[in-house]
Amino acid sequence: MPKDQGIGASTKRREDVRFLTGKGRYTDDINLRGQTHCVFVRSQVAHGRINAIDTSAAEAMPGVIKVFTSADFAGKGGVPCGWQIHDKQGNPMLEPKHPILAEGKARYVGDAIAAVIAETLEQARDAAEAVVIDIEELPAVVDMKAAVAGGALVHDEVGSNLCYDWGFIEDNKGAVDAAIKSAHHVTTLELVNNRLIPNAMEPRAAIGDYNSASDDYTLYTTSQNPHVIRLLMGAFVLGIPEHKLRVIAPDVGGGFGSKIFHYVEEAFVTHAAKVVGRPVKWTAQRSESFMTDAHGRDHVTKIELALDKDGHFLAIRTETYANMGAYLSTFASSVPTYLHGTLMAGNYKTPHIYVNVKAVFTNTVPVDAYRGAGRPEATFQLERVIDKAAREMGIDPIEIRRRNFVQPNEFPYQTPVAVAYDTGNYQATMDKLVQIADIAGFEGRRAESAKKGLLRGLGVNCYIEACGIAPSNLVGQLGARAGLYESATVRVNATGGIVVMTGSHSHGQGHETTFPQVVAEMIGIPEAQVEIVHGDTANVPMGMGTYGSRSLAVGGSAIVRATNKIIAKAKKIAAHLMEASEGDIELKDGKFSVAGTDKSVDWGSVCLAAYVPHNYPLAELEPGLEETAFYDPSNFTYPAGAYACEVEVDPGTGKVTICSFAAADDFGNVINPMIVEGQVHGGLAQGIGQAMLEAAAYDANGQLLSGSYMDYAMPRADDVPFYMVDHSCQTPCTHNPLGVKGCGEAGAIGSPPAVVNAVIDALQRGGHKHVTHIDMPVSPVRVWSAMQG
Amino acid sequence: MYAFDFEKPKTVAEAVSALAREDAMALGGGQTLIPSLKQRLAAPSALVSLTGIAEMRGVCTGDDGALCIGGATPHAVVAAEAAGKYPALAALAGNIGDPAVRNRGTIGGSLANNDPAADYPAAVLASGATIVTNTRRIAADDFFEGLFTTALEPGEIIVEVRFPIPARAAYAKFQQPASRFALTGVFVAKTAGGVRVAVTGASENGVFRWSEAEKALSASFSADAIAGLSVPADGMVGDLHGTPAYRANLVKVMTQRAVSAA
Ligand SMILES: Cc1cc2nc3c(=O)[nH]c(=O)nc-3n(C[C@H](O)[C@H](O)[C@H](O)COP(=O)(O)OP(=O)(O)OC[C@H]3O[C@@H](n4cnc5c(N)ncnc54)[C@H](O)[C@@H]3O)c2cc1C
Repeated sequence: MPKDQGIGASTKRREDVRFLTGKGRYTDDINLRGQTHCVFVRSQVAHGRINAIDTSAAEAMPGVIKVFTSADFAGKGGVPCGWQIHDKQGNPMLEPKHPILAEGKARYVGDAIAAVIAETLEQARDAAEAVVIDIEELPAVVDMKAAVAGGALVHDEVGSNLCYDWGFIEDNKGAVDAAIKSAHHVTTLELVNNRLIPNAMEPRAAIGDYNSASDDYTLYTTSQNPHVIRLLMGAFVLGIPEHKLRVIAPDVGGGFGSKIFHYVEEAFVTHAAKVVGRPVKWTAQRSESFMTDAHGRDHVTKIELALDKDGHFLAIRTETYANMGAYLSTFASSVPTYLHGTLMAGNYKTPHIYVNVKAVFTNTVPVDAYRGAGRPEATFQLERVIDKAAREMGIDPIEIRRRNFVQPNEFPYQTPVAVAYDTGNYQATMDKLVQIADIAGFEGRRAESAKKGLLRGLGVNCYIEACGIAPSNLVGQLGARAGLYESATVRVNATGGIVVMTGSHSHGQGHETTFPQVVAEMIGIPEAQVEIVHGDTANVPMGMGTYGSRSLAVGGSAIVRATNKIIAKAKKIAAHLMEASEGDIELKDGKFSVAGTDKSVDWGSVCLAAYVPHNYPLAELEPGLEETAFYDPSNFTYPAGAYACEVEVDPGTGKVTICSFAAADDFGNVINPMIVEGQVHGGLAQGIGQAMLEAAAYDANGQLLSGSYMDYAMPRADDVPFYMVDHSCQTPCTHNPLGVKGCGEAGAIGSPPAVVNAVIDALQRGGHKHVTHIDMPVSPVRVWSAMQG
Repeated sequence: MYAFDFEKPKTVAEAVSALAREDAMALGGGQTLIPSLKQRLAAPSALVSLTGIAEMRGVCTGDDGALCIGGATPHAVVAAEAAGKYPALAALAGNIGDPAVRNRGTIGGSLANNDPAADYPAAVLASGATIVTNTRRIAADDFFEGLFTTALEPGEIIVEVRFPIPARAAYAKFQQPASRFALTGVFVAKTAGGVRVAVTGASENGVFRWSEAEKALSASFSADAIAGLSVPADGMVGDLHGTPAYRANLVKVMTQRAVSAA
């Protein structure tokens, strides 16, 4: 019988009661006494010199309190980038200032130039229209290759649009070139990893509050990592010491990476609240979200795969242009480098790999991490080029992958791209996939589709990701300006209830359900006795937040450590209460007993003794039962899996329908299978959205063409099939206490190549032999046009 | 949104006089107008809601056998109540937008707006329907005048739309992936006077009749009858979701599918 409590139980998400009944408390739900409203005046041109800003008419309008321009931020810093990359020659990347309000130039459509504070939102909007900006439009750079070939400069002061030209690993390059030169076969593929707009359900919002009596600031914000925002904004932008700055990220309605970053609006409302002496609130309109939330992906890549005559991989060489947009967002520089280059080995033993990435400034919205962050880009190019190679060499696409897998007995496996995989079994996930996707039955299904005049195709791929980021000392060597540990405080109350303060932040992941499952299991008490607190720097020890599928692997490990400390202390108390020796105390099902006797004392009595220490070893032991732990992992975790997609292509219209999608994942141990499946479903929908529908498009002048849902296609329920997901292949992580790997991004990382591989397969089988690649999204017009040749 | 006055008259006459005010605008279901107000793209002095006018709501049969739909009738009502008499039209209405759009958006609003990717214009033009306003009757062939423009005078209200019932008809819509408006939609109607084929979503000039196909289908009402025809890509819309050549292809493919379904 499946468990109904603790680790392994599909406990229903307790936070859903709040979310589904309208009882959530999001940033925009918070209204402070005396609150004012803020509207930003944003650039309508992608690139322009700001000659003058006339705020006088706006300031004279009803309800207007103040109009801000960059002059109001003299002496303040820009929002910083959290990861410094060094180029091939060892020079640091170009790091132009990202001011809170545009200084001198506007650099993308949506760049904040001025901001109006008024009594009501409508008054602020009216006045924003009355701010007169004299802006001289300059030629915009949108295309990355044009931008580095001498287009207009996005940042005049740094002298180039090339942020960095990175080689990984530079010492490998000679061997890679030689292997490619002498190889039996080389497959080359040029592709685009399409630019995406995150579209979290909750738009970004921020409220700044300043208490002049105590000189304290509070920022309420839609963030995945409030401590990171406190550190970056306090130390680098506004010069506020951390003990005078509290950042609260209350309920957050989805992030997908886009709410990791420190945005200018956060610094603006915090500073403005002090200037105007009242709280300042800003909530993005949906159209503002489209043009100011950091976008994702946007890589243009050439990949070459060298093989021997049997289809063994010999070498991989890539050249990628990665769009940074107009400014360096918080983790923008790390995504195409250490979150992408390190993954280029995939699930395979390729001895020689060299990755070159040119990061480019353009007059577009900043680009940063989006669900998967670098790993989808790596997986897509690798799994597409393998498919193409298999076809060129006449080898079955599953067989060529199996032939090159890191085998189960070869772990730990050191890749040629720095990372070392601790554990895995890629043959097992592939076996599972072949079974759940009924690969053997494909030909029959294809014949059925053909009867309807439809071309059916099968696409298979593998993926590996590095998540649970990461060892702080390693990422520090690689240029990260932050640590990547996680924190937890476990506070036991006198009556036995537990509050866990975690540095992880839940914005849809279900931490409030899964973390109590872990603690309850360890102590042997009901889950309902454990509550999670997160998202407030005043309540939680310094933590790094949620991204990179790290919450359970890193945050959960910190909770395990803190809980172990609690148990150790509780055993001492129990030993005292039962007049036994500490070494004889056993904890089971919430009861401490003395080994080999029938003496026992329950959890509640021990907790009460800790806080009402009448009968207590006060000489040796402090009262109270509260412990904090920080956990810094010794390695990334490496979830992996195999995915299969079947599609039907309508040859008359080019429309692709996904008939089935199967995912066999290895996430190591699983705490809550239902939540894991939900995470995979969501990730698959996002990956299928990228593959089939989504595209952020700019015209040559830098105007965002896909600036609303009229033109930006999000996946809807009827765009995706019923998924077949399996996570029964489990090779537990070897270096964290729970043996978990992380599941939040896998679906988005692993699914795009399966979709595109399936479409190409359908067209190839349908006789369109000239079609070897179609860029995402594989929209009807693209598929139809490719078929026309 | 800018501030405006709001009126909800009970009769067409009251609505006409309310609309006489400078910069007053009619409000149907608001599914097009309200979003543009929210974006501050329009600044009417007053909105005159037509949905409280009983004579403009509902579906009935005229003396001449035509299906008569009140100008303020929501798509969902057409989908439900026209299903028996004109299933192709009901199916079209039942596939506009989502349930919220269908329960608020009206046929009069859709036709007055004449979005080049809207569905109703194809049905109205292919059916040879008549648009009845507070002042006159306008034949479908004279009503649509290109993108977002119609024969309506300022302040003129679509009170009713009268559809003669064809012997056979069907609408084949290829959805734009994001908006799910028609990337190209073709309504085919076989009537005693011949076959009419109206195409929406494809042309830079809005809804149009494909006369070559009409001729071929009038001679033989089968998908094969137009197998040899094609429409030129010239003049077709090119955007993120389709090239002119792609839309030209869809015109033919969707026409064939509509004929097969009719
Ligand atoms: C999410 C979404 C999806 C949609 N999908 C589709 C789709 O797939 N296919 C499709 O065809 N449409 C679609 N629409 C548009 C929808 O059908 C609208 O209902 C229609 O365009 C306008 O009708 P309305 O009654 O809402 O008009 P309103 O928005 O109220 O008005 C539109 C214009 O018509 C004028 N007007 C309104 N009624 C009259 C009248 N009786 N006489 C004269 N003038 C009048 C108004 O003054 C205004 O200028 C969609 C809309 C939305 C929001």
